[in-house]
Amino acid sequence: MTALAITDLHKSFASTEGPIPVLRGVSLELAPGASLALTGESGSGKSTLLHIAAGLEPADRGEVRVAGAAMTGTDDDTRARLRRGTVGLVFQQFNLIPSLTVAGNLAFQARLADRHDPDWTDALAQRLGLADLVARYPEALSGGQQQRVAVGRCLAARPAVVLADEPTGNLDEATGDAVLDLLLEACAEAGAALLLVTHSPRLAARCDARLHLRAGVVAAP
Amino acid sequence: MTRAALRALAAYWARAPLQLAMLLLGLALATALWSGVQALNTEARSAYASAEALLGEADLDRLEAASGRIDEADHVALRRAGWQVSPVLEGRADLGAARVTVLGIDPLTAPPRTGAAGPGLAADDLGAFLGGQGRGFAHPETLDAVVGAAQVDLRADTNVPVGTVLVDIAQAQRLLDAPGALSRLLIAPDQPTGLPPLADIVPHLDRIAPAGDGGLAALTDSFHLNLTAFGLLAFAVGLFIVHSAVGLAFEQRRAMFRTLRALGLPLRRLMVLALAELMALALLAGLAGLALGYWVAALLLPDVAASLRGLYGAPVPGALRFDPLWALAGLGMALAGALAAGGQSLWRLWHMPVLAPAQPRAWATASAAAMRAQGAGAAGLAVVALGLGIWGDGLVAGFALLAAMLLAAALAVPVLLAGLIALVGRAVARAGPVAEWLAADARQQLPGLSLALMALMLALAANIGVGTMVGSFRATFIGWLDQRLVAEAYVTARTEDEARALRAWLEPRTDAILPVWSVETTLAGQPARVFGTADHATYRDHWPLLQSSPDAWDRLAAGEGVLINEQLARRADLWPGAALTIPGAGAFDVVAVYSDYGNPRGQAMLGIDAFTAAFPDAPRRQHALRLPPEDVPALRADLQDAFGLPSTLISDQAAAKALSMAIFERTFAITRALNVLTLSVAAVALFASLVTLSGIRLAQLAPLWALGMTRRRLAVLDLARTVALAALTAVIALPVGVALAQVLLAVINVQAFGWRLPLQLFPADWLRLTGWALLAATAAAALPALRLARSTPGALLRVFATAR
Repeated sequence: MTALAITDLHKSFASTEGPIPVLRGVSLELAPGASLALTGESGSGKSTLLHIAAGLEPADRGEVRVAGAAMTGTDDDTRARLRRGTVGLVFQQFNLIPSLTVAGNLAFQARLADRHDPDWTDALAQRLGLADLVARYPEALSGGQQQRVAVGRCLAARPAVVLADEPTGNLDEATGDAVLDLLLEACAEAGAALLLVTHSPRLAARCDARLHLRAGVVAAP
Repeated sequence: MTRAALRALAAYWARAPLQLAMLLLGLALATALWSGVQALNTEARSAYASAEALLGEADLDRLEAASGRIDEADHVALRRAGWQVSPVLEGRADLGAARVTVLGIDPLTAPPRTGAAGPGLAADDLGAFLGGQGRGFAHPETLDAVVGAAQVDLRADTNVPVGTVLVDIAQAQRLLDAPGALSRLLIAPDQPTGLPPLADIVPHLDRIAPAGDGGLAALTDSFHLNLTAFGLLAFAVGLFIVHSAVGLAFEQRRAMFRTLRALGLPLRRLMVLALAELMALALLAGLAGLALGYWVAALLLPDVAASLRGLYGAPVPGALRFDPLWALAGLGMALAGALAAGGQSLWRLWHMPVLAPAQPRAWATASAAAMRAQGAGAAGLAVVALGLGIWGDGLVAGFALLAAMLLAAALAVPVLLAGLIALVGRAVARAGPVAEWLAADARQQLPGLSLALMALMLALAANIGVGTMVGSFRATFIGWLDQRLVAEAYVTARTEDEARALRAWLEPRTDAILPVWSVETTLAGQPARVFGTADHATYRDHWPLLQSSPDAWDRLAAGEGVLINEQLARRADLWPGAALTIPGAGAFDVVAVYSDYGNPRGQAMLGIDAFTAAFPDAPRRQHALRLPPEDVPALRADLQDAFGLPSTLISDQAAAKALSMAIFERTFAITRALNVLTLSVAAVALFASLVTLSGIRLAQLAPLWALGMTRRRLAVLDLARTVALAALTAVIALPVGVALAQVLLAVINVQAFGWRLPLQLFPADWLRLTGWALLAATAAAALPALRLARSTPGALLRVFATAR
């Protein structure tokens, strides 16, 4: 069973000058434990594809299946349930919950999905170098530390697919590399498929495969 | 450069219309309630001034008889001896459909310094005033009420107090059916030399100096101070709204300020522009607030007038006049309030480095140090309040105690709420991640909501406190009425002859006829009334005594002692064992003190024999009757048949109680109106805070949505959080409200009215009020929650947009 299957995905946004097509028939497949880099210029549709895959946005046409379950064509409740149970999200802006400690953030999605394993969460904290920071609040962490918490939060819930949108975009090169190393290794260890949206060919090269989008269609890089 | 910068600043408001509306609404409400209350105070005070000027008693000595009535012959004797005195007759009469005070004066002899010379008495009016059917003057409002009264030709004059008709003395004697009678003689300040002493001409009259206490103005000071305190409370609550809106606008424009400065706009210019923007908004809101305030005042004035009449018998018109000075003062308050509310933001702008980080600081976050400082401030003020409670004395100390207590409680709200939320959070941590997040989130939202929650706590505490005070008063008053109004019926004769005939007629038809005979006098330097009291079980078994010596009733009956009311006891510090001199009657031992709610003046009860001996000329026309209650309707009918007495002169116990309760309810009408207004403003404050916070709330909730919580669930949780915070605030407000009630009952009322009431608790009322508060909180949080539930994925996704 594929972790993520996207078939003939179409999406356009309304504007005063008529609909602007963003995705025009994109298809891809991702096996469990595999990683795929999604590259392309700004406005090529990378983030939109990721948002539709996560069930954050509906598609106009086409199908998304996560761990065999249909994400498209379902209602908001179903998409929310699938998201918390099978999808892990890592954003460029970290988007931690400021009112919870590092420990609370790490365990949050796992507990939300009713899949909290304290040993696994502790191991992740150790693996991500967060063991000494669990009592802190996000505001007391550096950018790199916050992104590691975001990675840990998504993996603690043991998602089938990790969708990462420019996860190193707010970090310097060295910190970004370290975070990506951790993300790749942790996903592989957890058996989660990784779809990584990035501008950087250097980072894309570290994934198992690469898909380039240009004006909403898959193109040669 | 300035125009471009102004345009950039103004563009923000175009994109945040709701926030702009909240700012304007907050300031307009603050101005409205403050200026509304000021308009009420000004109107009432000007009514007192006109009343006192008209009566001319603020400055003049006067002659009065212990019986309350002076014979015209005394006036003639004094004038013949050369004394410059002017007669006044005052009484109540039915004119048309209204019962009014008839004030008779002699415009030819009235001292020119006083308003008793009459309003608008031009030379051509004087003839009409004095002669023929007689012309009188009345306030336009009174004129409307007495329309159809054929007895006198009345002209409108706003200088005459409401409820008073000013006529020539002869007309007054006719209207009051008191031929040859006078109430008092005003003594002109400038008298010829070599006059014979007054004591030689009229030894039976007492010369009384002006009270010197400002009369009604002083008596009603506490009432107006109360109104002002309510106005200030509402003003402060309104400023909380403004503070929230201005603060958020500053934070959201932080990057723009930085850019403007980076592009070359000097800091000083930026400050001037920000200040000008604030003042322009304040002016706009202030004007709207004035209009609203005038409307609120006009709406409340009848209630205020009823309260003042009920509490003090003060004549206040039910219609409002526009005063330009009031409008200017209101605008000044709006501008000053906006400056106070926006001062912090302006200060931060002044101190903001040009290279400050572009990332907006989370507006809602406040440091633990700030909360500690707030907690320390609350503790300090609580100590001050405690000190004032123990050692304070006087009305000002009482209000200072109230202010310190309420401010301490308000400052303590965020600290207490944080503690309560932490407790709740620990209890629900195991319930799941959402409950844990909800508690943590509520705690983190506290700084942003604290001002609104403080406003809500103050409004709730004021409602509970004032409600408990009024409820305690009502419960005590009802019990007291049952004690005081024991007689089954009350009858008043029209003349002394009729009274004598009535007594003879009633003797075989009733169980007892108890005289209600009294005279106006001065006791311990205060205006007071002395009653003659029969020795009867009606009094011995029921009279509401607060303190008494063991043989009080025996000593009263023997003419050795006197009973006084609580007001007189407290003001003059006269308690059982003390001596009281009653002019014309001699010195008596105070043998008991009784409660006498609703009466602003002093009162004393003498044994009936001592009374009649001291005041043989006192009117003896009113009597209380004891008889089986079922016989009252028949007696009433017989009385009307036998004597032709109008029904207004015969009242039964139920009617008297109903009248007293109606007066009581009217007295507190203004309190209820102000309570509702304050709670409404607090709800608006909460709404304003939530609406302004909702702008930054989306960024806090979008990650949760991304993690798998639906928008609907997040909206419901957000609503639940606000309602829970309001409920916790209500929990804090309850003890503060009860403490407020205790201060009102034990300190303020004693100082202001002269009576102390026992505190009674009304849990059902508090529950109802809490229900209203939760409903208000739900209403306030509903719109932001609805907006969240209906937010599009696009709006939520913008939070995650990589390019910002």
